[in-house]
Amino acid sequence: MAMDKTIQGTIAKISGPLVVAKNMLGARMFDVVRVGEAGLVGEIIELRDDTASVQVYEETSGLKPGEIVVDTNESLSVELGPGLIEQFYDGIQRPLESIESVAASPYITRGISVPAISRTKKWDFVPTASKGDSVTAGDILGTVRETILVEHRIMVPPGLEGTIERIAGGSFTVEEIVAVIKDGRGRSHDVSLLSRWPVRKPRPVTRRLAPELPLTTGQRVVDMFFPIARGGTACVPGPFGSGKTVIQHQLAKWADAEIVVYIGCGERGNEMTDVLLEFPELEDPRSGHPLMKRTLLIANTSNMPVAAREASIYTGITIAEYFRDMGYSVALMADSTSRWAEALREMSGRLEEMPGEEGYPAYLGTRMASFYERAGRAICLGKDRREGAVSVIGAVSPPGGDLSEPVTQNTLRVAKVFWGLDAQLAYQRHFPAINWLTSYSLYAETLGEYWDNEYDGEWSDMRIQAMSLLEEEDQLKEIVRLVGIDALSREERIVMETSKSIREDFLHQNSFHEVDTYASMDKQVKMIRNILTFHRLGMQALARGALLKDIIASPIREDIARMRYVEESKLDGLDDLEKKITEELGKFTASGGEEDVA
Amino acid sequence: MLPKEYSSISNLSGPLMVVDKITDVRYDELAEIRLSNGERRRGRVLEITEDRALVQVYEGSTGIDADTTKIRFLGDVLMLPVAKTMLGRIFNGRGVPIDGGAEIIPEKALDVNGNPMNPYSRDYPSEFIQTGISTIDGMNPLVRGQKLPIFSGSGLPHNRIAAQIARQSTVISGHAAFAVVFAAMGITFEEASFFMEDFRKTGALERTVMFVNLADDPAIERIATPRLALTCAEYLAFEHDMHVLVILTDLTNYCEALREISAARKEVPGRRGYPGYLYTDLATMYERAGRLRGKSGSITQFPILTMPEDDKTHPIPDLTGYITEGQIILGRSLHRKGIYPPVDVMPSLSRLKDKGIGKDKTREDHADLMNQLFAAYSQGKEAKELAVILGDSALSEEDKAFAKFADLFEDTYVRQGEYENRTIEATLRLGWELLTLVPVKELKRIRDAYIEKYLQPLIAEKAEKAKK
Repeated sequence: MAMDKTIQGTIAKISGPLVVAKNMLGARMFDVVRVGEAGLVGEIIELRDDTASVQVYEETSGLKPGEIVVDTNESLSVELGPGLIEQFYDGIQRPLESIESVAASPYITRGISVPAISRTKKWDFVPTASKGDSVTAGDILGTVRETILVEHRIMVPPGLEGTIERIAGGSFTVEEIVAVIKDGRGRSHDVSLLSRWPVRKPRPVTRRLAPELPLTTGQRVVDMFFPIARGGTACVPGPFGSGKTVIQHQLAKWADAEIVVYIGCGERGNEMTDVLLEFPELEDPRSGHPLMKRTLLIANTSNMPVAAREASIYTGITIAEYFRDMGYSVALMADSTSRWAEALREMSGRLEEMPGEEGYPAYLGTRMASFYERAGRAICLGKDRREGAVSVIGAVSPPGGDLSEPVTQNTLRVAKVFWGLDAQLAYQRHFPAINWLTSYSLYAETLGEYWDNEYDGEWSDMRIQAMSLLEEEDQLKEIVRLVGIDALSREERIVMETSKSIREDFLHQNSFHEVDTYASMDKQVKMIRNILTFHRLGMQALARGALLKDIIASPIREDIARMRYVEESKLDGLDDLEKKITEELGKFTASGGEEDVA
Repeated sequence: MLPKEYSSISNLSGPLMVVDKITDVRYDELAEIRLSNGERRRGRVLEITEDRALVQVYEGSTGIDADTTKIRFLGDVLMLPVAKTMLGRIFNGRGVPIDGGAEIIPEKALDVNGNPMNPYSRDYPSEFIQTGISTIDGMNPLVRGQKLPIFSGSGLPHNRIAAQIARQSTVISGHAAFAVVFAAMGITFEEASFFMEDFRKTGALERTVMFVNLADDPAIERIATPRLALTCAEYLAFEHDMHVLVILTDLTNYCEALREISAARKEVPGRRGYPGYLYTDLATMYERAGRLRGKSGSITQFPILTMPEDDKTHPIPDLTGYITEGQIILGRSLHRKGIYPPVDVMPSLSRLKDKGIGKDKTREDHADLMNQLFAAYSQGKEAKELAVILGDSALSEEDKAFAKFADLFEDTYVRQGEYENRTIEATLRLGWELLTLVPVKELKRIRDAYIEKYLQPLIAEKAEKAKK
């Protein structure tokens, strides 16, 4: 036991973000410490006799041996409560806006201590439980309207059970007591709007569920070809310039999650600024309110201290779990997990640990797996057995685009959806550059059942048909490359044309076009149905003896190419188009001996 | 009080030395080393324990002995004295004037490591810079505050392109407060004097600050050179509201110096012997580009690096590409065809282009036109590959049109003179003219309205000419 005595040691060695402190007997692993006179935040990552190795979350330059190191006797935790949404945090949950005003500088200086959640702002607390109710951990005591899109539910903290002794509505700051709960042993516990949770410990749930509901994203290649489930995990590996970040941004914008946590981990500062400036302007297609009203950003850009990059992932997922516990569907984007792994590698190197593959520590795989395992759909704590989910989408930046490297491989072992980005597609400006041949989704079957229910059993068939056409096209292309297009039969030519149409008119999606950027499942289904209808009827017309060149040159194909620009409110136009396709292709009849050239 | 002097140097290896029995020394502190012949060098504390410090010597350890050499710790990190009068001056890689002029009278001294910019305080770069080069302006537009490296190879004209950009973006911006900060790391005297000559000839020198570490200067000094340059750039940009273009060349030499230190420290190496923290280290430099809310200045970075064996997956270009906002890649086959500037537009990319172009910035049709040119060029190149295998006769009419497009695209759009400064309107018109070569129905990336407005008149004009 650490008792009440504060543990205080002195710095013995400094090497980059690693500080070794001596006389630290009694300190615990992963305790947060304050280093030096500047009070830099650090975390104990190794203990050997009375010396502690500390990773420091701020720049260590200027520290000297002999300065004090104080144990705060607490592990790295995040503050949870109203005021999280719309915030922009650094890796250890300091609001960057407050850092700016405290530092009075556009640069991040050291030793700044600011609360994660405003202590002065008042919130309207509306109780939903009443005095005398018996409650268990996770039960909702009341709600706070945090933003127009988010109702913040105040829950009985994990581990607590008893009867409500006092509860009152009204206007409170996060630290004021809103309820008192008396436990079985007659002790009273105060509950305020604010709680804390150690980031490295997953928050408990009643029971975990298999992910079987879709998380729609409005991106056609994702929703229709490689869908992700609520509470699922996905990874996006790709070389630089293949559009990882754009995809992450698109998902953050259009995924039908109730809360979005976006972690910029070791990436570019300007990208975070972009999100910060753009999201308040963008409208959620479902609610019509600004997307920022459901979004929370965490940024540890590549030039910010490396150790805090390691922490940022955990900060993010803990906050995501907190909102899941309220019964929300949360989507977490981490861009990029490779930078997080590199931070691990750097600390491991400084600790002089025996390196595993490519210098990464041997525990890389376990760390990654335990992070992705915090995703999932679950019955939350609480008597109402509400359901919540955390879906995790991690970008991976493999060096040189080589997918055999350790971070990608370890991710593939745990992530269930693989969106493989292809540099070649990116060069052709085919975005999203998700390769339709190598990517996969292990949720496709379960989600297929869900969508088949919605769309009369048609969904899975269309998906499989479209994908096998593309597969066939790939083989035909090989033949064309070797012996030329003339070697293909007329039917094969139609396959080539349809596949091209699937690629260019369906999979290709312009994220900067105001209409094309988002497509509802209704629109996606209608689009792919029209393309496949054209294919089927084209084949039939050929069988009747129609000319290939007539079918290929049919003006209806221009309408198909323009389907993407049809607004969500005018989707009937796509049904009309289907009729038009049937009519047009029905007109083609036997040519009467005219020679067919393509 | 003068800081205490130590003569307790115990270990010397590569650029590193170990000093024993020290007290009160800080991590990252600057040190001054005095050799027995009176020569002074500078170093920096890399690691420190209670009684010993590991010091990296910027000028290398040649001539240092463990017996008579003395060292003092100066109590502060490496600082750069800055002043507006630095404009027009040339410094060595440590920030000492080498142009024969007077010492700088500093207005203040700044920590060369800088502090990370608060992402909240950044302003998103969205102002288009016209470089006068079509492949950049038209296809990979640059904006103020962007960091856009040139990935080159040995023997390719990256220096000429960098000089052209420095020269031409100066002219067009029309902004009086424009400056170039140039940092040379381990380049040859010839290359450095090319830049000096070019800046002098065009009168750009008086708006330029040069930091020059040549190939025969100490390699370790290169670690400091780009940081000095960026500190100077930050000062000019954010305290004097200037638009600063920073050219860093050649990053490959910088990374090699970093590897040298890492090897001397016996660190666990990452890929190809480069240290595991290469990404972080490069990021602390590249991320110093940008704009700040409420300030009118900006820092735009043009790092140049030569890819060993033109290999884009080599750690240096690879990690750079993950940090910078795009890249301009030079192609050897274009260069062999005699095309200047040999910018390979396919793998080149400017990530910030979308906010910098369009209505009120360049022109409404810019984005669509750009995407269409990319797609058409790609299709044309594919058709040409096909023709190589199967012969021209195997191509459809469409493919032939695209193949012709690709040839002309390289010949008229990519190719331009070293002193040819194309306006953005000229570049856009050139693009539309090229698109008259391909069938209109293939132009799927362009809105109909723009085809009507920009392409149809050109087609009509062409038909008119053909009639005559």
